[in-house]
Amino acid sequence: MNEHLLSMHDLTAEDVVRILDTAESFREVGSRVIKKVPALRGRTVVNFFMENSTRTRISFELAAKRLSADVINFSAGGSSVSKGESLKDTALTLQAMGADAIVIRHSSSGSPLQLTRWVDGHVLNAGDGTHEHPTQALLDLYTMREKLGRLEGLRAAIVGDVMHSRVARSLTFGLVKMGAEVTLVGPPTLIPPDAPAWGAQVSYDIDGLLPKLDVCYVLRVQKERQRLEFFPSVREYARLFGLTSARAATLPEQALIMHPGPMNRGVEIDSDVADKPESVIEEQVTNGIAIRMALLYLLVGGSGDGESA
Amino acid sequence: MTATVMTADDVRRALTRIAHEILERDKGAADVVLVGIADRGDDLARRLAIEIARIEGVEIPVGVLDITFYRDDIGLRAEAPEVHETRIGFDVSGKVVVLVDDVLYTGRTIRSAMDALMDLGRPRKIQLAVLVDRGHRELPIRADFVGKNVPTGRADDVRVQIEELDGVDAVTVTAGVAA
Repeated sequence: MNEHLLSMHDLTAEDVVRILDTAESFREVGSRVIKKVPALRGRTVVNFFMENSTRTRISFELAAKRLSADVINFSAGGSSVSKGESLKDTALTLQAMGADAIVIRHSSSGSPLQLTRWVDGHVLNAGDGTHEHPTQALLDLYTMREKLGRLEGLRAAIVGDVMHSRVARSLTFGLVKMGAEVTLVGPPTLIPPDAPAWGAQVSYDIDGLLPKLDVCYVLRVQKERQRLEFFPSVREYARLFGLTSARAATLPEQALIMHPGPMNRGVEIDSDVADKPESVIEEQVTNGIAIRMALLYLLVGGSGDGESA
Repeated sequence: MTATVMTADDVRRALTRIAHEILERDKGAADVVLVGIADRGDDLARRLAIEIARIEGVEIPVGVLDITFYRDDIGLRAEAPEVHETRIGFDVSGKVVVLVDDVLYTGRTIRSAMDALMDLGRPRKIQLAVLVDRGHRELPIRADFVGKNVPTGRADDVRVQIEELDGVDAVTVTAGVAA
């Protein structure tokens, strides 16, 4: 595996399988009374969150703690960043503190890559701008493989604001890498023009697609974008692309309904759809901890210069 | 040069003897559970359970333990060690846990296994059964039940083959060139 995890493009299909298999073992650890193993004892993991995020930060924090690593949380508010410190100076401070891994969430695409030029530790991208969010994609792949038994040949649709979604990008790259068929669905203004280059199909008709799907992945409507007039109104969006109860009823019986959270109930997904048994939104959260444990273990646990295992 | 130090028959006889020794030492099979260390240790543990069932007429629980997360060399290797599955479907607290492994060498695996077991509960006793003891301990650990003591050099390669994984039961030693 690569030294860092910045993008799904850093991983081969074999790497993805290894990460998912390792996460399987960590799921078992999560079911024990003592949910903690000493694998990364004495290592330091820094959660460097320059953009608001609760679930991803908590998930990484719990993952690192369950591996017995020491965790430092560093976020924008109340830190030297709010006093105007540059990313580089912050990075050099983290470097001087001897961080073995730095988990970064930042509103600027590419900042995790920039960080790798200044620090020696392993950098894990926890979401950068509109670029990528690979750990979310991996936990989604894990959930699909667990529920449906395979990834190859799966038919998945990713519905919504694909343009601004780092989740959609990482997940599409991951699914295509694993041999699944991906269709991106949404208003034309929110489908990026280069989507065909990702290896995905594009459709503007959600109703024609639903009966043929194994996975319906609903993206959050970023209401703040509505002001920017990418679509006329939230209500119109909900009517044309929202996963309503009537639409969800046209999905095949075994199909999964997924959402990366946080949800706008009643906009991109109806409240009772989110609570259906086919919806695996809570499992996605549990699996996220196991995936992040696997990534920290594989990256930090393999950083020696000794013989390979 | 490769020498066979145990044939399939030797392995079978050794496991039968160890099964008897466990029953003798622990005065029957009550509260005894077997925990094999992945991989190969778990297959040996299942076979010991079959032997004990044959001798004593008692089914004893068998679990699989992966010790990867408890290793003392994580981060020293270029690749993170491969992770196997842990599946222990019973509570180890208050039990006599017989750890089962194929080869006892430095003792570091057993140290890790004991730490891992302690996180799962509080066994009344932990004992160790191995098919081969090849010497060269780096920790103060010894086995309670040994299939065969095989004197080796550090550079030698001791290979245990198990029918379930390798299609044949055998223990071989390939002489290594001392570094």
